[in-house]
Amino acid sequence: MNDVVEITDLSISFATDGGTVRAVDGVSLTVRKGEVLAIVGESGSGKSVTAKSILGLLPETATTEGAVLLASRDGSHTNDIISLSPSQLREVRGTDVSMVFQEPSTALNPVFTVGWQIAEGLRAHGKVSKAEARREAIEILRKVGIPEPEVRVDHYPHQFSGGQKQRIVIAAALVLNPGLIVADEPTTALDVTVQAEILDLLRRLRDEFGTAIVLITHNMGVVADLADRVVVMYQGLVVEEADVKTLFASPQDPYTERLLDAVPRIGQGRVHTAEREAARAVAREARAAVGESALAPVVEASHLTIDYPGRFGRKGFRAVDDVSFRIAPGEVLGLVGESGSGKTTIGRALGGLTRITGGSLTVHGFEMLGFSERRFKPLRADIGFVFQDPAASFNPLLTIADAVAEPLVIHGRAESPRDARRRVDELLEAVQLPRSFGDRFPHELSGGQRQRASLARGIALEPSLLIADEPTSALDVSVQARVLELFAELQREFGFAALFISHDLAVVDLLADRIAVLYRGRLVEEGTGAEVLDHPSDPYTRRLIASLPVPDPVEQAARRAELASIQADSRGR
Amino acid sequence: MTTELVPSGHPTALPPANSGFWGRLPVLKQLRQSVGLQRGMLVAGLAITAVFLLVAAFAPLIAPYGFAQLRDDAGPFGAQQPPSAAHIMGTTVGGYDVFSRVIWGTQTAVLVIVVAVVFSIFIGILLGLVSGYLGGWLDRVLVVIGDAVYAFPSLLLAIVLSIVISGGQSSLWGGIFAAALSITVVFIPQYYRVIRAETIRIKAEPYVESAKMLGASAPRIMFRHVLRNATRTLPIIFTLNSSEALLTLAGLGFLGFGIEPTAAAEWGYDLNKALSDVTSGIWWTALYPGLAIVLAVLGITLVGESLNDLADPRLRTRRRAKVRTATAAATTAASTTAGPASAPAANTEEKA
Repeated sequence: MNDVVEITDLSISFATDGGTVRAVDGVSLTVRKGEVLAIVGESGSGKSVTAKSILGLLPETATTEGAVLLASRDGSHTNDIISLSPSQLREVRGTDVSMVFQEPSTALNPVFTVGWQIAEGLRAHGKVSKAEARREAIEILRKVGIPEPEVRVDHYPHQFSGGQKQRIVIAAALVLNPGLIVADEPTTALDVTVQAEILDLLRRLRDEFGTAIVLITHNMGVVADLADRVVVMYQGLVVEEADVKTLFASPQDPYTERLLDAVPRIGQGRVHTAEREAARAVAREARAAVGESALAPVVEASHLTIDYPGRFGRKGFRAVDDVSFRIAPGEVLGLVGESGSGKTTIGRALGGLTRITGGSLTVHGFEMLGFSERRFKPLRADIGFVFQDPAASFNPLLTIADAVAEPLVIHGRAESPRDARRRVDELLEAVQLPRSFGDRFPHELSGGQRQRASLARGIALEPSLLIADEPTSALDVSVQARVLELFAELQREFGFAALFISHDLAVVDLLADRIAVLYRGRLVEEGTGAEVLDHPSDPYTRRLIASLPVPDPVEQAARRAELASIQADSRGR
Repeated sequence: MTTELVPSGHPTALPPANSGFWGRLPVLKQLRQSVGLQRGMLVAGLAITAVFLLVAAFAPLIAPYGFAQLRDDAGPFGAQQPPSAAHIMGTTVGGYDVFSRVIWGTQTAVLVIVVAVVFSIFIGILLGLVSGYLGGWLDRVLVVIGDAVYAFPSLLLAIVLSIVISGGQSSLWGGIFAAALSITVVFIPQYYRVIRAETIRIKAEPYVESAKMLGASAPRIMFRHVLRNATRTLPIIFTLNSSEALLTLAGLGFLGFGIEPTAAAEWGYDLNKALSDVTSGIWWTALYPGLAIVLAVLGITLVGESLNDLADPRLRTRRRAKVRTATAAATTAASTTAGPASAPAANTEEKA
């Protein structure tokens, strides 16, 4: 038979505090040999739960119905995962099916060498000698592309980079050569350039080992890059199942259509950028007419340096190194970079949360080098901040109205939260939330609603500068689209200047007038969207743009070749 | 989060069904949440504790005699009398009615627990909050002092303090305060530690950073944003400490540092006086005060332990859905608690 997994009419319910919740509702799908099946959907669509049921990895609170038939590696027989006993399940895991987790740094045990952890699978399924296990571990590390595997096999997880750790997790999943690998968001925690490498590795698995892969992801770009067939899930149901090219070319279900529409693509923002530039020119003239200095920037950084102090006897860490940029009134500067590039540090420095250690940073003409909190406080009213994780940036015990009223109360615009309620209602309306949501607690709102409330709080004092630190990276793609739209609308209406920090080039391109690319604390490129994205001059920017998977399988295949040539190029030099 | 695509008429996340004020009270909320064995433990603990509190409140009505009463109209009770109709639990070596002293003892116990826990909670929380949020040298000094107090055997410390505080006095309130304050000193570091650890964790939360961004002052952040979030685990420590306070009080009384029998009834003291009775076959003087201590501590500990389990989602058991009724249950859940979409969304959020 040709199917590795056959799921028939699978339903999974969870017992929660609020009663029973049905996460997966009558899902049927099959995975063929040597194929990459992508299960896409937003958070809560049941995609993860479905995939985990293939390994029998559901929590105790789950109740499962239906059948999950998994073929053994040699194809001689099949097992129904749902009816297996725990010890039989252990037999199946690792040999017939294994899993790659989302976060490689938590999937590896920090106190054991990676070689030991890879060999753990071998030990669990039969006796192997130490030397043999080590040989196998070295072999598999070589296959997943870890350089010098003979040496690296004895290293600990912290001695590897994020991408390498994910390679090791994949190696551990591969060591018994299972017929199927379930990869749960394998690249979500990784930077774009690293993501491209991991996707390459997964593609090699399919082509060279004939391993079938169930890829769970919410990133349509990743789907276009890797998948052969796609299953779209929505609220526990399969709404569409199609060949990858068919799905992207002519989606059948309206949900799939909307999902694909919501994915930001590079180049969409140009029209808006031009519009905004024209509007700003008008505003500048108006201001010049009343005699105000039109050109004073809201933010000006020159040779900005930020060091984090090291421990005793060790050198500190330089997070931001000699960065210069300026943000004009009403202008949106997009700051792009990978994790550890210093983009969040710059945002925090602008808000006075992190002290700068060198160079100069002025916010509204206020020098941030060696600033005192007391003198800076009045200026805070003119700076709004939107945080990355909307769930964590609200005090769980305050209602949304109280939280939005906080800035008004702190800066003396209102006596008490109750006093500010009228203004709060206006703000909630501005971010398209019903007034009644003011009486709710943060956990009673969805992620997108919370982030809109967060925007309401950010603009409560009508600041002339808004700092948005990855405001949409914790949101689903369709929610992200709406929040970004709202952000653009508010920016038009209130005319604030903004620093928009993101790791996603396409998102930044949608909103920003100018884009600055950070790499390891240094500003490698700065310019308008058209300049940076169409004619990148820095090799890192070129690699970053080429690494970004586009949600179109045909175009993505072409881009893949381009990326390979860029990489070969940079290696050759 | 999923529902963003759905037209806005669809309610996305309704507030969870709670039964208003009562449903949100700390202990009652857990009572509603619990199922099975955990519920049994909690209910048993609550029942015992309720009886304990009721007896304390109505001691003057329940107890047939006063705690220091040696005689009634019929003459002296007599020492070490076995249980009889007049004295259902007999009398002690000092000639007191055992039953009355056990009943009055609950009052003393409750007073000591309340005074001790209230003092230690207020001081402990304040110190923990300030030291955790401000940090610096104050934090370091307080941590060292807290550790030093930890290093003492708590009963020894309580004994020393009770001598220092009471100075030989033996009035009801003098005795109670001596016992309570000596327990307080032992407990303050516990509250201090818990609140400080929570404060340090919460200090790094984005919502505190966001308050800082807005320019909120340090006291405002401490009391509006940190304090209430840091005190979530307190009901648990509170109950567990109450039983410990009771044991410390009994220990003090047993060792002779408690409250004089003429000032108030105290179980530990009675046990002490019953020591020599046990060998001569007089069981009632030791059994009943002992039982009272065991039951009171058991009740409070049961409440504390089950609150502890219920507060942790990984330890909390939930009502399992039967496979066949799952559809019906899911639809009711949808109509009463939360939209079907938002519930699994919350689920995945937890996992992430």
